[in-house]
Amino acid sequence: MKPRRAYQVFRVAALTFVVLSLLAPLIWMISASFKTNVDIYDTSKALVFSPTADNYFKVLQQANYVQFIVNSLWVAFAATVASLILGVPAAYSMSRFNMKKSALVVLMARVIPGVSLLVPWYYVFANLKMVGGSGVLILSHMFVSLPLVVYIMMGYFDSVPAELEEAALVDGMTHLGAFRRIMLPLSVPGIATAGILSVIFSWNNFMFALVLSDADTKTLPVAIFDFVGYASIDWGGLMAAATVVTVPIMLIALFVQKYVVSGLTAGATKG
Amino acid sequence: MATITPTKAPRDASLATPGWVRWANDHRKWLLAAPAMIFVAALIVIPLVWTGYLSLTDTEGSVRADSEFVGIQNYLDVLSDFDRFWPAVGRTAAFTIVALLFEVVLGMAIALLLWRPFKGQKWVRVAILMPLVATPVAVGMMWRLIFDPNIGLANQALGWVGIAPQPWLSGQYTALPTTIFIDVWQWTPMVVLILLAGLTSLSDEPQEAARIDGASTWQRFRHVTLPLLMPTVIVAVLLRGIDALKTFDILYATKGRGGGSFHEVETLNVYAYGLSFDYNEYGVSSTVLILFFLIIIGSMWALTARRKEAKR
Repeated sequence: MKPRRAYQVFRVAALTFVVLSLLAPLIWMISASFKTNVDIYDTSKALVFSPTADNYFKVLQQANYVQFIVNSLWVAFAATVASLILGVPAAYSMSRFNMKKSALVVLMARVIPGVSLLVPWYYVFANLKMVGGSGVLILSHMFVSLPLVVYIMMGYFDSVPAELEEAALVDGMTHLGAFRRIMLPLSVPGIATAGILSVIFSWNNFMFALVLSDADTKTLPVAIFDFVGYASIDWGGLMAAATVVTVPIMLIALFVQKYVVSGLTAGATKG
Repeated sequence: MATITPTKAPRDASLATPGWVRWANDHRKWLLAAPAMIFVAALIVIPLVWTGYLSLTDTEGSVRADSEFVGIQNYLDVLSDFDRFWPAVGRTAAFTIVALLFEVVLGMAIALLLWRPFKGQKWVRVAILMPLVATPVAVGMMWRLIFDPNIGLANQALGWVGIAPQPWLSGQYTALPTTIFIDVWQWTPMVVLILLAGLTSLSDEPQEAARIDGASTWQRFRHVTLPLLMPTVIVAVLLRGIDALKTFDILYATKGRGGGSFHEVETLNVYAYGLSFDYNEYGVSSTVLILFFLIIIGSMWALTARRKEAKR
């Protein structure tokens, strides 16, 4: 059939174009991170250049990036673990007891502009001498990850049949025992999904660390700005810094693609 | 003769459990939910109420500084500010509406292209995921290099086809459209994933019925697929819309404080941030934030109402 064939050709062409437009800028960023600033300014060396790792030495040694990588990892990890500890039981209860209004309160956190929380937070945490420490950063990132965990896990618990739990009760388990021994093990894929998304969103978060961190505790997205001066921009260093932030998270997403997609689309198709 | 009923065993077991375990089980609903709720209340509800209070005062310089209760004066001032506030509202609306429009139309087109399985689909999906997980600040920096008027790839590419170089992010009128383009690049994949999940969950039968009735491809999309997919489209618009209204990272990364020297990309979020942390005008900034919050809630409410309609 002729029209089907024409559609297949069009489909391949269109999808190739889509893939190229999505990946080319990222490839451009990574290739610029291996160029000297002279080569970046020389438009004739756009594609052909002799690669150098100098920018990465600059980022990792002079700019103290190892510290910022550790900061970002620690904040993302701690905020995620704390959100899972608070969020998973809450999501279970909200799902089983159909606590729509309580869930709405937690999910409101997704809607509120972060700036409106930062002023009160800054005041309270400055009085507690916590501004600049990593504790306050972890708390602020939980503001992003807790609603995410509750949202994803509520959807997950909704999909686990209540009969499994009832069977455990008949066998003599308590309700909490059934939650711990039956529901939690069953929900490991959901917890993995929620945890991975929480790490990604915390790692990428910029605004909270911009206000609440200091020179030693700042995370990678804030540290990127070290390469933007008032007068000029160190493009090579900036692209290396941007690559150091984005490539690890893209690699993680590559390996756990299934979880990332199911987390991002959670709740999109149900009533 | 003693008979042992099956229900006896669990009852004995529960009697043997200590009192606090029974108490915990009886109150499990709130025991499990309360920690998260208290956390949210302490970190979100109280600050929000405080913001509401600050918006009624003339607090500036420091939150601890002496301030007076000025009632709705800040609201009157902000709502009659055609210099910064209303332009920021306009930019927020323009940014959100135009970005959403492109993201939904492109997202729908790409989702339809990906719908039926084909060889290599896995790799296309990987490519779609990449912009989505990339750090927005880094994405802003990346496009800043590409759109640099002198050394950027964008103007070079225009040169190959004989078009004059454009100022992109540094132009007074081209900056906002350029940031919208960046948002579309990064977040169209999100719409694709959501719509693809919706398309995959549709049953084949209505499609088949329409095909047998002789409906063309376009007719099948317009009158079968699209109405069935409408609730999912609205979820995508809702999720993306909330984030688009609050866009901050790429605007700050590409244009810096105040949305550039002419406030070219100063949206409500950027404006409120500047008032709070560059000028310490806490009273006025709280007013802007409360109004911004109402705008977000209002648009969400309108969309949710629309979704209920679409599902009927």
